[in-house]
Amino acid sequence: MKYMLLMSRTKAEFEAFTQWPEEVLQAHIAFVQACAQELTEEGVFVAAEGLAFPAEAKIVRAGTNGEPITDGVFPESKEFLAGYWIVDVESPEEAYKIAARASAAPAPASMQGGFPIEVRQIMSGPPEDPL
Amino acid sequence: MRADPLNVQIERLLQELTPQVLGSVVRRFRDFAAAEDAVQEAALAAAGQWSRDGLPENPRAWLTQVAFRRMVDQIRSDAARRLRESEAALEAAYQKEWAALDTAAQEDDTLALLFMCCHPSLTPASAIALTLRAVGGLTTAEIAHAFLVPEATMAQRISRAKQNIKNSGIPFEMPTAEERVPRLRSVLHTLYLIFNEGYTSSNGPDLRRGDLSYEAMRLTRMAHHLQAEDAEVAGLYALMLLTDARRPARTGPEGELIPLTQQDRTLWNRGQIAEGIALLSEALPRGSVGPYQLQAAIAAVHDEAASADETDWPQILALYDMLRRMSDNPMVRLNHAIAAAMVHGPNKGLELLDTLQTDVRLTNHHRLDAARAHLLERAGNHQAAIIHYRAAAGKTANLPERNYLLTQAARLSSEQRPSNG
Repeated sequence: MKYMLLMSRTKAEFEAFTQWPEEVLQAHIAFVQACAQELTEEGVFVAAEGLAFPAEAKIVRAGTNGEPITDGVFPESKEFLAGYWIVDVESPEEAYKIAARASAAPAPASMQGGFPIEVRQIMSGPPEDPL
Repeated sequence: MRADPLNVQIERLLQELTPQVLGSVVRRFRDFAAAEDAVQEAALAAAGQWSRDGLPENPRAWLTQVAFRRMVDQIRSDAARRLRESEAALEAAYQKEWAALDTAAQEDDTLALLFMCCHPSLTPASAIALTLRAVGGLTTAEIAHAFLVPEATMAQRISRAKQNIKNSGIPFEMPTAEERVPRLRSVLHTLYLIFNEGYTSSNGPDLRRGDLSYEAMRLTRMAHHLQAEDAEVAGLYALMLLTDARRPARTGPEGELIPLTQQDRTLWNRGQIAEGIALLSEALPRGSVGPYQLQAAIAAVHDEAASADETDWPQILALYDMLRRMSDNPMVRLNHAIAAAMVHGPNKGLELLDTLQTDVRLTNHHRLDAARAHLLERAGNHQAAIIHYRAAAGKTANLPERNYLLTQAARLSSEQRPSNG
């Protein structure tokens, strides 16, 4: 079964990220890179992407003729997707363990306590097992 | 590689031969992981050379020879390892080995491989990947594609499974008489999971190489050929034939799920149904009736009904009764409740479902809500049915199924509301 592990941040958290001390930043980047490698070696990696900062994010709706109407003004409290992992594992518990590992990415002392990671199952037909 | 007839022939031949050659190499060198690598390399070399120069006179001997040479090269290149046998001795052993390859030994080797790859100490995901690769002869890329994961991930999964076999000292040999039953159950379970993975996730009516249902059926047919006397192997193959026969009718043009009762039965594969029923009729009287034969028998009763209304539900109920006594599986009890509802009315079914409510294995399982919704609808309690259809939709991880359940809820809701025009 496949799970998506989503990491979201508020705008304020994105801004704080740009001001992290260098050694924490380097450790964080190295951690994220190593994470994908480790998951591949464990045979569970499907995909991982990081998203650009939300400064240029737009909300798009279809106008009357279907033409895009964009809106870039978001409330400060809104959370933005920062990145995600997709893993293929045998149980939800295994996905939670991976999420906990990702949650423990290096961060400044003020942010210790783990990043929240949302764990969602991806729609795919898992085998029913009637026996 | 170009898809000309020669290359198609080579591809099929390699898929058939690599497990046989792997069996011989493992038997000779006793190192599954290294043998698997050597055979894969030999198969790659074969694909290149045969496509260029045409097929050799004896493709199996060609592959065996190249794989044996790779093993020798590997042993030689491994400086830390003491060469136990000289090259000349290995060469002689190889000559003797493939000269002596008779069909019976090949078949034993293939079966021993299957038992090894489906060993109960491996996780299902490892056993599945290893079986498709080592016994099914699929490439890592093909297996990765079937499971929609990157090739590197699948390569690691296979290599970890091989490492597991090595570390747990799983031997390459046929299980002993007392081990045989649980080991065979493990093999059948693995094949069943591969089939189901393909059956629940594919949309189209066509089966082709690389499709998991197709590979599961091919492997199970092979296991049945190798263990013809085992009624449960026959039962599993019959179950696959009888279930897969409905493939052309079970999804609509947009991939939407069509329930059994609404399928166009003229689309069912009659040849496959006849084959499954013949196989089952031969297996059942042999005495040891197991769960796969019973499941196949249930599938056969459905397949034999000319219309949903003509389904012999008392017969299905009797079969589920037997199955229920054989295993403490909540899914079997759930299906039994549905069959009971078809025979004795929806209230009887709902009553039986109530006894399942406390089973922790079904907590948060959408099937319990879905079954309850169906029975409530049949009992005329549409308001409650809507609630359970929606609850089931909220729990399933299967997209076509969620669409189906939401559609049922929406249909009942619109019937409840007075029409606006």
